[in-house]
Amino acid sequence: MVRRLVVLPATVMIAVAMSGPVSAQEAGHVKVSRGAVLIERAGQKMPAPVGAVVQAGDVVTTGADGAVGITFLDNSLLSAGPNSVLAIDRFAFDSTTHQGGFESSLRKGTLAVVSGKLAKQSPDAMKVKTPAAALGVRGTEFLVRTGNPKD
Amino acid sequence: MSRLAGLTALTVLLLVGCAKPARNDLYVLMPGQDGKTGTLTVESNGQRAVLDQPYAAARVKEPGRVEAGAVTEQEARQTFGAALEAQPGRPTSFLLYFLENRDELTPDSQQLLARVVDEIARRPAPEIVVIGHTDRVGPVPYNDTLSLRRAERVRDELVKVGIAAERIRVEGRGEREPLVPTADEVAEPRNRRVEISVR
Repeated sequence: MVRRLVVLPATVMIAVAMSGPVSAQEAGHVKVSRGAVLIERAGQKMPAPVGAVVQAGDVVTTGADGAVGITFLDNSLLSAGPNSVLAIDRFAFDSTTHQGGFESSLRKGTLAVVSGKLAKQSPDAMKVKTPAAALGVRGTEFLVRTGNPKD
Repeated sequence: MSRLAGLTALTVLLLVGCAKPARNDLYVLMPGQDGKTGTLTVESNGQRAVLDQPYAAARVKEPGRVEAGAVTEQEARQTFGAALEAQPGRPTSFLLYFLENRDELTPDSQQLLARVVDEIARRPAPEIVVIGHTDRVGPVPYNDTLSLRRAERVRDELVKVGIAAERIRVEGRGEREPLVPTADEVAEPRNRRVEISVR
């Protein structure tokens, strides 16, 4: 009995750590990668080829010749053109209830968005920001350009 | 001295007046590919524009100044060409049906499987989710197992033709999510299915 009590918490901890089909932070995957595309994660920059995992907290940047397309776990599609900086601020998605939240910021450049299951489930679940504006998304497709005219 | 100050102030005013706009932000609502167009709200420092027509647009030249208008389809394609070309393929899904109380596909669904394979093959870094279901004949725990076996059977068929197993996630939902609601113990072929999501 005493032995069981000792073993049980360890088992529970392992179960919690391993729960979920994917890593807790996995938000999506790069499906299209052209020219220079980088993911900045925890201060490190790495290339983002097709198949690369995108996590909440990542900042995705494209060079002058770059473009990137990402499919998220809720089927949202975000794609950015050249000279863009896109931050994935928050991503949470329950694949059974379709609840959660998706917040991203386009700091500069161009972005095309097709909203997914999150925005369909709850009108306020998806938010996109730029340095000048906040966007509210009601199940839709839209385009964003932000920056200074001299950029 | 005060004259000089006045002149300086005037110069500053002129410079500010002639300065280029601080931003060239453009927000465009696109028609949905499913034929429905949603709504996009653009808000900047308390000013907002609500876009609800295809190609409706808002420009923000400085924070707090939101100008609503529209662009042509051509203008949108020109300005956002690279971003639109980089858009990943739309996620899609297929329904395959099974013989009663078996993990064997109906002949029609067996043929459809070839189309599923084609769809997966033409996608970069494909992700596949296979969710199995049953009708309401039999006990709930039995159907949980049967639904998972159906999903695993489809995964095995996909792996057999060369799709990497680690790209496929399988789940069984038993009789909990019928496509066609029925009373318990009712045989319903349309509920004996797997849904294959491909993205």
